[in-house]
Amino acid sequence: MVGGPISRAAAGPLDLPRSIAPRSSLLWPASSFSARPCPQETCPSVKNILLLDSEGKRVAVKYYSDDWPTLSAKLAFEKSVFAKTQKANAGTEAEIVMFDGQIVVYKFIQDLHFFVTGGEEENELILASVLQGFSDAVERLLKNMVDKRTALENLDLILLCLDEIVDGGIVLETGGREIAEKVSGHGLEGASSAEQTLVNALTQAREHLAKSLLM
Amino acid sequence: MPRSLAGGDLAVPEMAQPYMKKDDDDEDVEYSPFFGIEKGAVLQEARAFHDPQLDVRRCSQVITKLLYLLNQGETFTKVEATEVFFAVTKLFQSSDAGLRRLVYLMIKELSPSSDEVIIVTSSLMKDMNSKTDMYRANAIRVLCRIIDGTLLTQIERYLKQAIVDKNPVVASAALVSGIHLAQANPETVKRWSNEVQEAVQSRAPLVQFHGLALLHQIRQNDRLAVSKLVSSLTRGSVRSPLAQCLLIRYTSQVMRESSMNTQNGDRPFFDFLESSLRHKAEMVVLEAARKITEMDVTSRELAPAITVLQLYLSSSKPVLRFAAVRTLNKVAMTRPLAVTNCNVDLESLMSDQNRSIATLAITTLLKTGNESSVDRLIKQITNFMSDIADEFKIVVVEAIRSLCLKFPLKYRSMLNFLSNSLREEGGFEYKKAIVDSIVTLISEIPDAKEIGLLHLCEFIEDCEFTYLSSQILHFLGNEGPRTSDPSRYIRYIYNRVILENATVRASAVSTLAKFGALVDTLKPRIFVLLQRCLFDTEDEVRDRATLYLQTLSGEVPIGNDEKDAKDFLFGSFDVPLANLEASLRTYEPSEEPFDISLVSREVRSLPLKEKAAPGKRPPAAAAAAAVAAPAPVSTVDAYQKMLSSIPEFSGFGRLFKSSEPMELTEAETEYAVSVVKHIYDGYIVLQYNCANTIEEQLLEDVTVCVDASDAEEFSEICLKPLASLPYNSPGQVFVAFEKPEGVPAVGKFLNLLKFTVKEVDTTTGEADEDGVEDEYQLEDFEIVSSDYMLRVAVSNFRNAWENMDPESERVDEYGLGVRESLAEAVNAVINILGMQPCEGTEVVPKNARSHTCLLSGVFIGNVKVLVRLSFGLSGPNEVAMKLAVRSDDPEVSDKIHEIVASG
Repeated sequence: MVGGPISRAAAGPLDLPRSIAPRSSLLWPASSFSARPCPQETCPSVKNILLLDSEGKRVAVKYYSDDWPTLSAKLAFEKSVFAKTQKANAGTEAEIVMFDGQIVVYKFIQDLHFFVTGGEEENELILASVLQGFSDAVERLLKNMVDKRTALENLDLILLCLDEIVDGGIVLETGGREIAEKVSGHGLEGASSAEQTLVNALTQAREHLAKSLLM
Repeated sequence: MPRSLAGGDLAVPEMAQPYMKKDDDDEDVEYSPFFGIEKGAVLQEARAFHDPQLDVRRCSQVITKLLYLLNQGETFTKVEATEVFFAVTKLFQSSDAGLRRLVYLMIKELSPSSDEVIIVTSSLMKDMNSKTDMYRANAIRVLCRIIDGTLLTQIERYLKQAIVDKNPVVASAALVSGIHLAQANPETVKRWSNEVQEAVQSRAPLVQFHGLALLHQIRQNDRLAVSKLVSSLTRGSVRSPLAQCLLIRYTSQVMRESSMNTQNGDRPFFDFLESSLRHKAEMVVLEAARKITEMDVTSRELAPAITVLQLYLSSSKPVLRFAAVRTLNKVAMTRPLAVTNCNVDLESLMSDQNRSIATLAITTLLKTGNESSVDRLIKQITNFMSDIADEFKIVVVEAIRSLCLKFPLKYRSMLNFLSNSLREEGGFEYKKAIVDSIVTLISEIPDAKEIGLLHLCEFIEDCEFTYLSSQILHFLGNEGPRTSDPSRYIRYIYNRVILENATVRASAVSTLAKFGALVDTLKPRIFVLLQRCLFDTEDEVRDRATLYLQTLSGEVPIGNDEKDAKDFLFGSFDVPLANLEASLRTYEPSEEPFDISLVSREVRSLPLKEKAAPGKRPPAAAAAAAVAAPAPVSTVDAYQKMLSSIPEFSGFGRLFKSSEPMELTEAETEYAVSVVKHIYDGYIVLQYNCANTIEEQLLEDVTVCVDASDAEEFSEICLKPLASLPYNSPGQVFVAFEKPEGVPAVGKFLNLLKFTVKEVDTTTGEADEDGVEDEYQLEDFEIVSSDYMLRVAVSNFRNAWENMDPESERVDEYGLGVRESLAEAVNAVINILGMQPCEGTEVVPKNARSHTCLLSGVFIGNVKVLVRLSFGLSGPNEVAMKLAVRSDDPEVSDKIHEIVASG
């Protein structure tokens, strides 16, 4: 692999009818071969998750990247996110906005505004799945009473929920049900959860088998 | 629960304000659980944690309050944080699961110092080995967040176990922690390879995803291993969409790094990407489509990716529409034809509720649209511009500019659009983008000149940005006098002198002078106007007016005849500013005045190369370059100073050019030698930089034996050996040659390093008495024609070209044969000529079929040379080139053709 470019470039001048500076043509292409891995070839990452109220004030927020090092930078970001999304009527479908090199997906439920931010190169749909997981889990945890007051009354659950979705920017889980279960402590007892997993695995295996037979 | 309502009036924390505003809505105030919360009181409440009989409910409430405060941006002092941390550690006594989770969260938020960490380590390690999965998973994440390298080795074996834990949540927790730990402790995490590999085979979808991410991180520097990993997984089954996305990223990375080998038919990686286009998860399809569009693929390979993106354009989900249109927009930049099929769908997106989507759709259409649809598009955009933000407007303006360059016949409607936009509200960046666009259009489309200039004049009548006014005035001075009716602009310019601030007034004075110099009929009237400027309040304005009045009337020495006056007014400032700055810094106040003509005109090529290939230099080459050229700034000055201090060379005259150092030895050999070629009018000096890399040796009487029998026009006149070359302190050997004056003689030089070696005792540093004579073969090098060419930039190529004598022009066509790409051919020619590319024309757009490159330089004998290269592709990678040269000396023009013909 490494030898490829060199030998190819070296072969270049030979088949030139009117060869032009063999030495320089060797030099130029060689410098354009990059040995460095491209920064975008990384794990999908989330920069922050925000839950704001209908006036843009924090209910619960979690930052995973150092793009906003200070509290004032964070607040300024929240302010501009809120301002840029205020006009939109994000209902059941997640909406999206891109600014300052960040992609923000968001949705509103009652007086709660859910936001998930990622970098410019990030796959929007991964961010959207995190957003969906977050809002689903919150809906489950708040027993469908999704509004600011209930959210604040159950703030411990919301914070645990954020903790279970993303760890240091890396997506931990995107299934709303799974997140809510982890937060509410279902399956806390080791044995039953292990059983549960086993049952799940068996069902999955059965489905898998059925599928492969059908295909 | 005791709420600290007392004192609420005095210290209402910020987060309580929304409730304060809603005073009328009393219920809301009462029901907010955190109303009137205050840090001091909560810290008091935290004492409950020390209670021997823990009230779990109460403790949970207090800890939630603490978390709330932190989440609102409240900070604890060092003392407070320590106090809270110790209190929280007491809560490990409780076995309540919910409370324990909050304790974990709290420890992470407090990020304790290393001596505090020790206190919780044992509790967390106990939880890490608990039978409860949730405890294990969370304790791992907490512990890995707060520990340092030494503690890590203690818990390493538990982590390895956890990675292969049968509970997926535990395994994921350990893997994700591993990803974070690998940044600071890569060596430790590397040892987990086996376990991680097992995790990659896990049946649990997310474990596989996290395992893959960690395994890639462990192996990222080993290309072969990554390639193997990818090829085994692309054949196997990947269970979660996230893992599949990750695999697509790694696959495209592997493909890019081995891009040279893709032509041999078998392409399993590309097949994998293509099959991912049919995946059931949209995120996977998008990821694959995006990666395919980023690759250098044929139109046929691109088509399926475009098709799925087109489908997504009409999705009901805004996120999906956005993702699709964003990707297509990127494709349209380089391959507009591939996207034209989507035009109908894109047009319907122009009215999308989501403004980001609408903007992207418009700019994509502007790139793919054809001539007939331009007017309609512009009309639609005009309606749309008023309700989008400046940042979107800039994007649209830039798209309009490139569209106009594509369809020059449509300049009228587009200029109108731009000038209408100038009149609208907008910030500096937006206005600057418009002005830049109009300026570009005027320079590129001759027909647009007069209308464009008038639009700009209208704009400066009411422009709040000094920078833009000055820029436009300068431009007006260069272009205005050559229009059919220059007098119409005078009013606008003179208005600036009356109405604006000093900076703009000074610019306007300069512009007036330019009109006066070029348009004889206006000259007397300009004189009157300039005389009025003599009474300006600002001295800069008065000075300029005085200077220009003198120049135009021919009373100052620089303006002996009219041509000189024009040169003075219009001549570009061709001294690179960086060089001027460096020379000014080294100038010492003395009797001798600073002479600007002595400042080197050569543009340093180093930053240029980096600009051409940003960040693409292999680190090794960069390091070598850094060693070879320790001080890239003003090296020519330094060389000149150094060489003229050597008596043998002091009579050689002015140094014309010094080359970049060229290595004559392989890296990491015993002796490192590089050569710098110094070119004078009638001489060359070869400077051999020698370094001794062996500690046990001392070299003496170091000389370089140069065999110039292949370089007939050169004759050696002197050799300056190096008396001693100790370890690690480089020295120089010089060899000077005489050559015919002013002739760009070429030739090959063979080199042999000769010296006497003496053994050195490394402990005492003393050298042996006796030495042995030895020699060392160096690589040969050539003096080539480009060594006689200085890279000198001109600021306005077109003006410079037109000012050259057309008689000196020499045109010929060349076939360059089959080349790797157009860009490679362009670079090769630039390198042979050794000239400075102008106006960014050295960059060849991807997939371009033809390209024009402008070069400028100074040939030996101080002959200015301008070159216009037109490249075209005929057939598969068959490159043809037309070379037009103008120079001060027709013989040099011929010489340039000879160089290219023989190169």
